[in-house]
Amino acid sequence: MSVTYLEAIREAQAHALRDDPRVFIYGQDVGAFGGAFKATKNLASEFPGRVLDSPISEDAIMGLAVGAAIEGMRPIVEMQFADFSTVGFNQIVNQAATLFWRTNVPCPITVRLPFGGTSGSGPFHSQCMETVYAHYPGLIVLTPATVEDAYSMLLEAVAIDDPVIFCEHKFLYYHLKAEKLPSEALPVGKARIAREGRDMTIVAYSAMVHEALEAAKELAPEGWEVEVVDLRSVKPIDTDTVMASVARTGRLLCVGEAWSWGGATAEIIARVVTEGYGLLDAPPQRLNAKDTPVPYHPNLWAAHRPTARAIAAAARKLLRL
Amino acid sequence: MLQTVLEPGTAENAALFRETYLAAYRFMLLARLLDDKFAALWRSGRIHGGVFLGRGQEALSAATGISLQKGDVFAPLIRDAAGRLAFGETVRDAARTYLGSALGPMRGRDGNVHRGKPREGYLPMISHLGAMISVVNGILLARRFKKISGTVGAASIGDGATSTGAFHEALNQAAVEKLPLVLVVADNQYAYSTPTARQFACRDLADKAAGYGVEVDSLDGTDLDACLKTIGQAVAHARAGRGPRLVVATLLRLCGHGEHDDAGYIDPKLKASPAGRDCLKVAEEHLVRQKWADAVALSTWRSEVIHEIEEAIAQVQREPAPDPFAEEWRAISSRHLSETHAENEGDPA
Repeated sequence: MSVTYLEAIREAQAHALRDDPRVFIYGQDVGAFGGAFKATKNLASEFPGRVLDSPISEDAIMGLAVGAAIEGMRPIVEMQFADFSTVGFNQIVNQAATLFWRTNVPCPITVRLPFGGTSGSGPFHSQCMETVYAHYPGLIVLTPATVEDAYSMLLEAVAIDDPVIFCEHKFLYYHLKAEKLPSEALPVGKARIAREGRDMTIVAYSAMVHEALEAAKELAPEGWEVEVVDLRSVKPIDTDTVMASVARTGRLLCVGEAWSWGGATAEIIARVVTEGYGLLDAPPQRLNAKDTPVPYHPNLWAAHRPTARAIAAAARKLLRL
Repeated sequence: MLQTVLEPGTAENAALFRETYLAAYRFMLLARLLDDKFAALWRSGRIHGGVFLGRGQEALSAATGISLQKGDVFAPLIRDAAGRLAFGETVRDAARTYLGSALGPMRGRDGNVHRGKPREGYLPMISHLGAMISVVNGILLARRFKKISGTVGAASIGDGATSTGAFHEALNQAAVEKLPLVLVVADNQYAYSTPTARQFACRDLADKAAGYGVEVDSLDGTDLDACLKTIGQAVAHARAGRGPRLVVATLLRLCGHGEHDDAGYIDPKLKASPAGRDCLKVAEEHLVRQKWADAVALSTWRSEVIHEIEEAIAQVQREPAPDPFAEEWRAISSRHLSETHAENEGDPA
């Protein structure tokens, strides 16, 4: 008996629908079909009238969710691919994200973004949107890396009184398995030490946590003990946990699958340098996707995003500095 | 907010319609004079940012607001001062938002036409025209979930917003879900400076309705009588569960986009056309012709309205401005999830 990352997301939604009559799901193909990735499989029949197919209208999907939230509901929106959320961008960043600040009325919406690269998906089904949304005040951006977090953080996202951008990595959907769903979890906003080490800190989130752990494993026989921090949420960033780790190791490598320019990795480095410059024994480094659209061909794709091998190479370089 | 009487057939209905007409006229007058006051305050440097007037659109606006009831939803556009007042906004709250009072609904965090009380069904617009329609849809869908029936949502837009993707998506969405939405289009001939010939190529905006499978009404937006009857009917249809409805009113914006705009681009021929009539004058002529009011009554009402406005403005001008040092600089409601890291924390200057 095991449960995948994708099944955990489905189970969390079933749980939320069961527990809270204010919850409903709205998105493209989420109804009887069960969603493009089957994240809402059977939910329409288990919860009649509460899992609704939408027209292909990301703007109106998000606008409707904002209205429903104002009226006291807790919508879960599925954007079929994170890339498509750009069409609903205005409603997310200008409507949902500004509502509380402007009016003091909370806007509890969970926007599920199946994101990140998988082999063969190409430029419009692979994007990482987390740093774009993190840039805007008024949004919470979650990036679970484990089956347990996918479940517990999605449940918590639905309970949060603010718009949550829930970035679920498509690469992890089927590959990642756990024995069972968790009964307790770290709260949203806390990072997790995924592997302890004393020589350097790698900060990563979502699928990159697993690449970073692979890299740490690769470096172990060479005598290096690499600490891996799983950020869990890109906004808020648990600066304290990152800083404490850097205080132990003196070296920092930030890894993100998103593009580097002004991104989460840049933000972490900025915080560590401004608040903890003295903790650093070497200039902090980062590793991101290349500054091009995400390529289609597996050869190109594997070279475009950070992989365990690329992370290990960057880590070796940093350890020698 | 008053119940609009749709069919002035009986004597009783005729009397009620007269009451509605008079009430709507008073909101038009209040809005016109309040707008004038805001323009004057803006010219004297008392208002930060822009001022956006509804001159020429008050009949349509008042009719929309007055056709709605408590519990309905209203997403006004920028020229809806009359409709906002008719829907229940106070002159004070309008003034507070323009003057940036900390006691207003937006507390100085947003200004001018960006005001509302979402929990009361009065939505504060964002600037992206068309984007409010699906928010109204969301409230209406939520009410269906909550098994609340008989309420209606009205959204106002201009001819320009009909070109946005958000308009298309939201009207289609309302039609698919058969929501009780009344979408009122004020076709005021210009979107900022762009004439309708550069905005759309269909013969009439009303033609768009068929493509969405929704019913449509066209009307003369300068005629309060027509506005009350047509919008009242559209609202009644939506309330009765007949799905969304588009209402297209023809009129002319009798001012610039904002007070910063001299509107030199407006075609004089349009000003001289029936669409260019001043709806306030048209309503006053109707009142006199129907013997519902005489020149003395009109003049008295005007004085009363001016007094009401002056009193409200004077009060609001004495109210505190927002204090950046006392402000809670937090964009989310979940205090425990707020970003604690900010280089300028505690230093709003």
